[in-house]
Amino acid sequence: MWEYSDIVKDHFLNPRNAGKIENANGVGEVGSLACGDALTLYIQVNDDNVITDSKFQTFGCASAIASSSALTEMLIGKTVEEAQKITNKDIAKYLGGLPREKMHCSVMGQEALEQAIKNMRGEAPPKAEHSHEGELICECFGIFDEEILHAIKENNLKSVEDITNFTKAGGGCGKCIDDLERLLAEAQGEGVCPTPSDQPSFPAQGMTNIQRMHLIESVIDDEIRPMLQADGGDIRLMDIDRSTVLVKFMGMCSNCPSSQLTLHNVVEAKLQEKVDPDLTVKEG
Amino acid sequence: MNTIYMDNNATTQVDQAVFDEMKPFFTEMYGNPSSMHRFGGQVGVHLKKARQRVATLLNCEPDEIIFTSCGSESDNTAIRSALNAQPNKRHIITTRVEHPAILSLCKFLKKKEGYDVTYLGTDAHGRIDLDDLKNSIRKETAIISIMWANNETGNIYPIEEIAKIATDNGVIFHTDAVQAVGKIPIDLKKTPIDMLSLSGHKLHAPKGVGALFVRKKLPFRPFLIGGHQERSRRAGTENTTGIIALGKACELAQDHMTAENIQVKDLRDKLETELLNSIPDSILNGDKENRLPNTSNISFGYVEGEAILLMMDQFDICASSGSACTSGSLEPSHVLRAMGIPFTFAHGSIRFSLSRFNTEQEVDFVIKTMPDIIKNLRKLSPFSAEKAAPACTKSYSE
Repeated sequence: MWEYSDIVKDHFLNPRNAGKIENANGVGEVGSLACGDALTLYIQVNDDNVITDSKFQTFGCASAIASSSALTEMLIGKTVEEAQKITNKDIAKYLGGLPREKMHCSVMGQEALEQAIKNMRGEAPPKAEHSHEGELICECFGIFDEEILHAIKENNLKSVEDITNFTKAGGGCGKCIDDLERLLAEAQGEGVCPTPSDQPSFPAQGMTNIQRMHLIESVIDDEIRPMLQADGGDIRLMDIDRSTVLVKFMGMCSNCPSSQLTLHNVVEAKLQEKVDPDLTVKEG
Repeated sequence: MNTIYMDNNATTQVDQAVFDEMKPFFTEMYGNPSSMHRFGGQVGVHLKKARQRVATLLNCEPDEIIFTSCGSESDNTAIRSALNAQPNKRHIITTRVEHPAILSLCKFLKKKEGYDVTYLGTDAHGRIDLDDLKNSIRKETAIISIMWANNETGNIYPIEEIAKIATDNGVIFHTDAVQAVGKIPIDLKKTPIDMLSLSGHKLHAPKGVGALFVRKKLPFRPFLIGGHQERSRRAGTENTTGIIALGKACELAQDHMTAENIQVKDLRDKLETELLNSIPDSILNGDKENRLPNTSNISFGYVEGEAILLMMDQFDICASSGSACTSGSLEPSHVLRAMGIPFTFAHGSIRFSLSRFNTEQEVDFVIKTMPDIIKNLRKLSPFSAEKAAPACTKSYSE
């Protein structure tokens, strides 16, 4: 059984603004019966561009009905410009959260709103029609690449599972999983996820020069020197010139025949791993 | 208001007599039947009795019964055993409407281990074509696995005939009888079934116990390796309480079956007829003539199953749905899809599954309550018989 918030349950059991508005200024129809959920959203807008009324008709599960109901409440009283800024996250937030698997219900709300506003402005019919310029990714649910990329960007999605939770794509036969992975990589490559990813590709990424210097110092002091000291040797950091680190061997190391090997295999390898893969180490 | 439980194909209430039977084996006679002392050994006598009771219900020999932990374990054991015992045969025949315990396993075997699988389709009522089955059998077919009764529609498959086809072609035949055992008569002396799975909690025993019938002399390869329990065919210390409970549940099923089938079937028929009559755009899913007496699967057009269930939940009525949203997957039930039920109806399917504990008052209450639930949800829906669903780009693929 899904864990729905009390607000979701309330909107499901007591839906607000259910029904249709005859001759509404804007109508947005998304989803289809085959897809398992569908929403028709109606908006009534006055001369001051304020949404004075909004109603919905929804086929779908409890969270689909609740998302639609919540959306109409959010819309009434807002100007069209304000309404346009509503995202699927706002709808989910208004409802006190949605189970992750049900986030696609909030996405449906946001898409219907977009469509209704376009329809109001005379830019589109009520029913969203894909230009078919994009690429059909998920054949089971009829999801195009642009919708998926939009959801990834909007919600900072990190996995294929997330994409399925938010857009349904990939939730059917699973044939498009490879495509979803490609889109995910594409989206991340374009830097559409503004927050830094969980793990930078190397530790010193994005550091200032001073921070990077300190990191190099501490790696040498805490990790490299103890290894060399164990064999009676030592090393000292002499200078850092962009990506070149100058060091001096001491103790047993200074006359060890394999010091060049140590320099490359131990010191340089460690600094590349812990700081920056572009670093080279030289004896100065 | 008491809970009205009409979800007995999901799980059943443990019968009080079953509970009483198993109770002493938790805190008093808790010994291990494999032990050398009388304290443990005495439990063995009760296991023997339980095994006999299961065998009596199925009309087979007690030593043809292997106790397992659940129906899924029985299914996995059966398929794996048939494949491992015949390494040169790498083809499996099953149906598109099996329980996930078989379907997911077959998909896994195909994808990860390179076995070839034939999935038999069904007609609009969920029936399979036996000529289809005959034509699918090959020299390298290792096993045919077809369920006795379907959990969603209640459809009963002609297992006697299917078993004969398999035997005539020298192919091992397994049936997942989890939904059939205890509900309809089963006679393994008359039917040449090689292996049969059953699960305790579907017939008023607790969860966590199942059994696999393996016909004598059938080559068998164990699934769980370890101790010598179950004559080395299923390792692991016996679930003594569960096994004893299952034995009692089988005995009760045997005693009640005839009377129960009349009583439960009457209630089911009343519920079904009234709902179909009083709610427009509702259809019955499945094979009306060959069904379990307790199951009714009805689709209500233009509304979605999860929403219906949650509305029913407000009245403490428990049932289940084949809709996409209830399963956690995004597609409606594989059974309804195999039958080609239109999407207008597939998403709004509700399965009522009764038991001997349901009463006529409960049925009357459900009959009274459902029409308004459907009507209210239809008021919210953008679709109706007049405004049919728009076409989707999709074509559900298998």
